Amino acid sequence: MSAAPAVEVEGVAKRFRMYRERNQSLKAALMRGGRASFDEYWALKDVSFEIPQGSTFALIGENGSGKSTLLKCIARILEPERGRIRTHGSVAALLELGSGFHPELSGRENVFLNGSILGMTKRELERKFDEIVDFAGIEPFIDQPVKNYSSGMYMRLGFSVAINVDPDILLVDEVLAVGDAAFQEKCMEKFVDFRRAGKTVVIVSHAMGSMRTLCDQAAWLDRGSLLDIGRADAIVDRYVDKGHEKGVAPGTAGGANAEARVGSGEARLTTVEMLDASGTPATSFRTGDPVTVRVGYECTERVEQPAFALAMDTVDGMRFWAHHTRDGGLELPFIEGTGHVDLVIPALALQPYTIDLSARILDHTLTHTYDFRRHCYRFVVETGDHRESGGVVALGGRWTADLPASASETAV
Amino acid sequence: MSVIGDLKDSRGLLVNLTLREVRGKYKRTLLGQGWSLLNPIAVLLIYTLVFGFVLRVPVPIGENSGVQIFALYLACGLIPWTFFSNSVTSGMGALLGNANLLRKVYFWRPTLVVASVFAWDVTFAIELLVLMAALLIVGSMPLPWLPLLLLAVVLLTVFALGIALMLSVANVYFRDTQHFVSIGMQLWFYATPIVYPYSLIQDQADRMAADGNGFPLETIYRLNPMERFVSVFRSMLYDNTWPQWGDVLFCVVVAAASLGIGIWVFTRSQHRLVEEL
Repeated sequence: MSAAPAVEVEGVAKRFRMYRERNQSLKAALMRGGRASFDEYWALKDVSFEIPQGSTFALIGENGSGKSTLLKCIARILEPERGRIRTHGSVAALLELGSGFHPELSGRENVFLNGSILGMTKRELERKFDEIVDFAGIEPFIDQPVKNYSSGMYMRLGFSVAINVDPDILLVDEVLAVGDAAFQEKCMEKFVDFRRAGKTVVIVSHAMGSMRTLCDQAAWLDRGSLLDIGRADAIVDRYVDKGHEKGVAPGTAGGANAEARVGSGEARLTTVEMLDASGTPATSFRTGDPVTVRVGYECTERVEQPAFALAMDTVDGMRFWAHHTRDGGLELPFIEGTGHVDLVIPALALQPYTIDLSARILDHTLTHTYDFRRHCYRFVVETGDHRESGGVVALGGRWTADLPASASETAV
Repeated sequence: MSVIGDLKDSRGLLVNLTLREVRGKYKRTLLGQGWSLLNPIAVLLIYTLVFGFVLRVPVPIGENSGVQIFALYLACGLIPWTFFSNSVTSGMGALLGNANLLRKVYFWRPTLVVASVFAWDVTFAIELLVLMAALLIVGSMPLPWLPLLLLAVVLLTVFALGIALMLSVANVYFRDTQHFVSIGMQLWFYATPIVYPYSLIQDQADRMAADGNGFPLETIYRLNPMERFVSVFRSMLYDNTWPQWGDVLFCVVVAAASLGIGIWVFTRSQHRLVEEL
């Protein structure tokens, strides 16, 4: 692996024009005297960094931070107003899968068409054709027009062509979630192969969980400027923490958060919070800590036989737990005025992760929602006394081995 | 020049995009590629009926071939014109029509325009072959001019390509362009001796001269590059004579100029292309 960077970004600035009039007509232009009136918007402001060869590099940031614009500049789709981008080696971009497909042409014809758009020669395509079709898993349909494909087949074929371009630098934008679990696994394997072959991958994604594990370096963009750059896990953690600060602080109940909130409103959730062993609200716990989730409510009228439900999602969006009062054996005849219900968790069986809690008040059939607050409380789990090696849950398993007598004797 | 390098690199893509255009054009129609012949035949029939039968446009006699059939006279001008008009129109829309592609992948942008013009070349070639077969049947002998005919096709393609390149970017910035162009094309069609012979313009010029009107009608009329192209095609196909070398030279010059300006305009205005789509 050489020390030369794969991509050099030097003082790149990109301006977009936002036209005051959406009218792109000649008449309008003539009446304004040839110049359209527009507001300038700098999507990127003087961004400089290097992406080392052979790294898997993440670009992270909120929506509108300029990360996709930057990716498009690296892909040469957009031209920056200032600065320059140098790439060493061939570049292929996975920005939208199957974007060059012609719906009336067959899968076979589209493989050749799409492949050549991405820069493959006819000979390369002929050599890789079987591999491409095999990877997409659509052999029986390859001579059908692609408009008859399911959206999954369409995306899989698009991904399969793109990944087989075999560039030195691969740019990926939010396309990791393609197809079913089995196909996703194949894609991940392909990325790992890529890395092993010493190639560079640049990824833009919001799936922080997979970015943290997949990438080794990351750059954090905020409103067009580079905020931070470094090891992917450190940057992702800092980014998630920042989002936490801005997003949901403990005890912010009611309408303070614009996060998804639905329901008919006869009963409303007031505070949703997590209490530590001493009974004070906290947002950071250790594996194995006792925790009490307190759900406050407020009713405008008497609500018969309500049910309370809680759910937890990982920060990258996986629902791994849910529980409601009916399954928990708590029958509430009615609620009135204000009050709260508690869920007592004797030991938090979770591994270090950032987790979002959602709460809901339902009627006794569990089909009608009085109030639902999605991701209303975010908390972080840190390593406790008990430590397990990966994943979300800590099952508290204990290793044993059936050792030969001699071995166990020496062990004792 | 980097343009030539880019063109070389995009060869494979160009072939594939052209094939996509050709295959996609008549997909899912019952007659398929048959339409590429039926369309011009229908137009030919209509014009023959209107101008040959109703308006009784005088039909010139082929100089060496001795042929005097209005439909064939018309076809010798109409087929090159239709190619030109179709390539300019579809080349002009090539960028807007592939906006999705342009936003997602980088490739040499003019390829799209070139491919849509080349796709019409396929139709053009088929039509010319059919036309030549018809001419052979009635006793015209255009075959000795085949190499020169090929050159004329290349020149007309280059001419159309240059204009299509200019208009394709113009159309992205001003969507009105396509509507102006469709009007302009109709005007241009009648300003070219396709449905009527050039001799009618000469007659008119003579009459104006006799009336003491000094307006240089013929000179202006002959500035129209398509007039030159049509007369080159016609002299070889219909008259079986060498085209006038002045006309050929004119065609070479306008083709080169058109392509040069086309590339210049395109490369100058493609920076913000994707954002404007």
